[in-house]
Amino acid sequence: MIIRAMDSQLRWLSFLLFLLIALLSLLPSLRLLTEAFVNMSFTTSSPLSEVLRSERTWRALQHSFYTSGLATLIAVVLGSGFAFVVSLTNIRRRALWVFCFMLPMMIPPQVTALSWLQLFGPASPLLNTFGLAPALGSSNPMYSPEGIALLLGIQSAPLVFLALRTQLINLPQDMIEAARMARASHLRIWIDIIVPLCRSAMVAGAALAFVSSLGNFGIPAMLGIPINYLVLPTLIYQQMAGFGDDVLSEIAGLSMIIALLVLAGMLLQQWLQQRSQYALIGHTTQSISFNLKKARAPVEIVLGGILCFILVIPLLSLIISSFVPALGMPLNGETFTLNAYIEMLSKQGSTARAFSNSVFLALAASLTLMLVCLPLGYLLMRLPMRLRSVIASLIEVPYAIPGIVLAIAFILLFARPLPFIEVSLYGTLTIIFLAYLSCFLSVCLKPIMSAMSQLDSSLEEAAQLAGAKPLQRLFHIVLPLTAPAFFAGGLLVFLISINELTVSALLWSAGNETLGVLIFNLDEGGDSVLASAISVLVVLLVASLMALLSLLAPRLPKGIIPWHD
Amino acid sequence: MARLTLDNICKQFDGQTVIDHLSMNIEPGAFVALLGPSGCGKSTILRMLAGFEPVSAGEIRHGERLLSSKKQHTPTEERNFGMVFQSYALWPHMTVADNVGYPLRIQKIIGEEKTRRIKDALAVVELEEYADRLPAQLSGGQRQRVALARSLVTEPDVVLFDEPLANLDRHLRATMEETFRAFHKRTKATIVYVTHDQAEAMSLADHIAVLNKGELVQWGTPQDLYATPKNTWLANFIGRGSVLNLVATEPQQYIRGHQLQELLRQSLLKGQSEQTPLSQKTTSPVLVRPQDIHFINNPLEEGFSVKVRNCIFRGERYDIELILADGQRLQAYSDVPMDQDSQHTIHLEQAWSLETDA
Repeated sequence: MIIRAMDSQLRWLSFLLFLLIALLSLLPSLRLLTEAFVNMSFTTSSPLSEVLRSERTWRALQHSFYTSGLATLIAVVLGSGFAFVVSLTNIRRRALWVFCFMLPMMIPPQVTALSWLQLFGPASPLLNTFGLAPALGSSNPMYSPEGIALLLGIQSAPLVFLALRTQLINLPQDMIEAARMARASHLRIWIDIIVPLCRSAMVAGAALAFVSSLGNFGIPAMLGIPINYLVLPTLIYQQMAGFGDDVLSEIAGLSMIIALLVLAGMLLQQWLQQRSQYALIGHTTQSISFNLKKARAPVEIVLGGILCFILVIPLLSLIISSFVPALGMPLNGETFTLNAYIEMLSKQGSTARAFSNSVFLALAASLTLMLVCLPLGYLLMRLPMRLRSVIASLIEVPYAIPGIVLAIAFILLFARPLPFIEVSLYGTLTIIFLAYLSCFLSVCLKPIMSAMSQLDSSLEEAAQLAGAKPLQRLFHIVLPLTAPAFFAGGLLVFLISINELTVSALLWSAGNETLGVLIFNLDEGGDSVLASAISVLVVLLVASLMALLSLLAPRLPKGIIPWHD
Repeated sequence: MARLTLDNICKQFDGQTVIDHLSMNIEPGAFVALLGPSGCGKSTILRMLAGFEPVSAGEIRHGERLLSSKKQHTPTEERNFGMVFQSYALWPHMTVADNVGYPLRIQKIIGEEKTRRIKDALAVVELEEYADRLPAQLSGGQRQRVALARSLVTEPDVVLFDEPLANLDRHLRATMEETFRAFHKRTKATIVYVTHDQAEAMSLADHIAVLNKGELVQWGTPQDLYATPKNTWLANFIGRGSVLNLVATEPQQYIRGHQLQELLRQSLLKGQSEQTPLSQKTTSPVLVRPQDIHFINNPLEEGFSVKVRNCIFRGERYDIELILADGQRLQAYSDVPMDQDSQHTIHLEQAWSLETDA
């Protein structure tokens, strides 16, 4: 009888977990769909047709396509260049290169935007320090569509890099040796063998870069709103300001447009990725490595220069900006001040509050998701393949659709007080917390699922033969063996949610601001020195969390930590 | 101790039949090998016995106890079977003693009793000194012996072996076979042993079930299978030898002496005159083992003329490949080397007539 009770416990658990998935993953998207289509009629007054007829919509769409398209081009050039050099040659300190190149992806977009603004403006502390600043009154070149595209490109280049690198490091060395025996030159090998084998991976990476640029909010918000150059996510953000009766439906309509574009892009990317999987035969133990010989040092210098330009100099200007008394002043022995940091830590009530809000949200989200994902992953692994992949893609949806769309869905869900208990979540931290759970469920689940699927099934079968019940097997066998992935999942969620801007930009309210929102607001309010100081701390936090994850890497299945092989 | 019965078992995966109406009785204490090429369904049978896979139709019973049927399925954890996996399936985060003691931990056997039983189990496989090591610190053979100790610690009635030697090198296999034999003698448990290696099955099991494409081809002792295989496929699968096509004869009988010489002569004549290989309808296959072929040195003795196609040195003897006058090939042994293309005369002692494959 005890056995039956146990199994029914497990059944209850699975019922609850699947209910939770339905609530977190399906409900927001469904709410959005109903809002967009419930008033649908082809009369002139329906909100959706209003949206579709509005000139602003089409202009924003055009802007979105222009910036994302250009960004994709930049991302492909940067990402594939780095991928080829770092993966295929005998360059030194490979892990460090990968880590540095991946960093822009993990740095929050508003921080990236801020650092570049600080770099190029007439008030640039870095340029002023060297007396190179443009004349006062001239406009900052970053406030332009091309500026937006450049930063979007840098931010999404790691996506192309990753897609390509995964393919490249799996190319077996013996294929190249065979080509060499056929007397092919290095160039011919690259053109005839390497490029064809990773072409689809490159296209898939490009699709991913396009989709992620399309949904990006932080960069076009910081660079585009001041010059009134709106893309779809920032259009939604601005529309929200004019809160009216029809506004929500209109915004829902706009969100649907982005969501559909992004989902189409994701499907294209998945299709391409599947096509790119040639069955590679041969030893994958040793991957290809071309000897650069004398060209090694110059190549390293070129790579270092590029990294300097896209990563080091902007960060440096961010750091310098945080040490000057006011924007526009050069940094030297006399002007150096820690005022911004002191102010941040002591006086500004909102800073301390934002910091504790973000830490609390990130901790709560990562711990909750870890607790949910362990049994969830375990149950999913026991489902038939087809059902499992359906549920896995359902969980993926809130992560795949842009944060701004998810935020709108949550506003629609919680704008009114909850039924029965009459408690309104709108304007509380709880709504942000729930949105994070929905958004990052797949971030936490993926490493756990991947570790569980790599677990030899006979390990659990052996425990089954020993008489162990499902929960005993989960805690005695599966958890100890997947613990590193379990912690990696939690750390990744913490890393992403502590910097999150897009979702909280729409869901925050006075007293409930997050770090991302704070940086954005300070910059908008003209206090970029303080914004820079906070950004410096955020970058430090990101880099140290990434380093912590790297320490876990040797004990994790391949591919869980993006910047690690 | 109870008999293990498989009664008309069927198994389908996605509408594809993997096991087709299989019946088998495994006596208590027997050492049974399930032998067949990969994909024949032998592992599926083992997984159904263990309870990992439900049956699509039919019944599995252990004595009076129903283990699996279409309606009822006893979960693995309630079957009290032991199993040894091809991948060893040792838990890498537990020491050898913890691995072996895990089934006891689940059964809430603790204290001195637990320690004693772990020690006894490790003694059987001669690994007492390794109790505190982690599996990663052991060699392949040692790992498999730990797995063996774990499978016997609860003294199960039935122990299942899933290709336990497939990951070991050839020298270790011989030692491990000896360990398995001793294990069987000592525990008297019923053993069901899955393998694709016929030599391994022949040397270990007292009964062998040969499977092909989900069906039981033949069930018998190793000696039966070698001497009287049912059909051409089995004759080619077990032992060495050649299958000749002779003028149609009654299947499943030994042909010797004058009868054999006469059949062979007719076949050869017919084969040469028709210029084409004999069609299947008018012939039947017979198995000739290499040791039944003798070379004749005395020119007065009657025999068949053959040409040597190949001669390979095997250490204790030479393997000779011969061609008969009608082009059919024969495997023979010889103590002395023979030149390629040289002509010889042979005498056939006996041949076993086979059923043609369905």
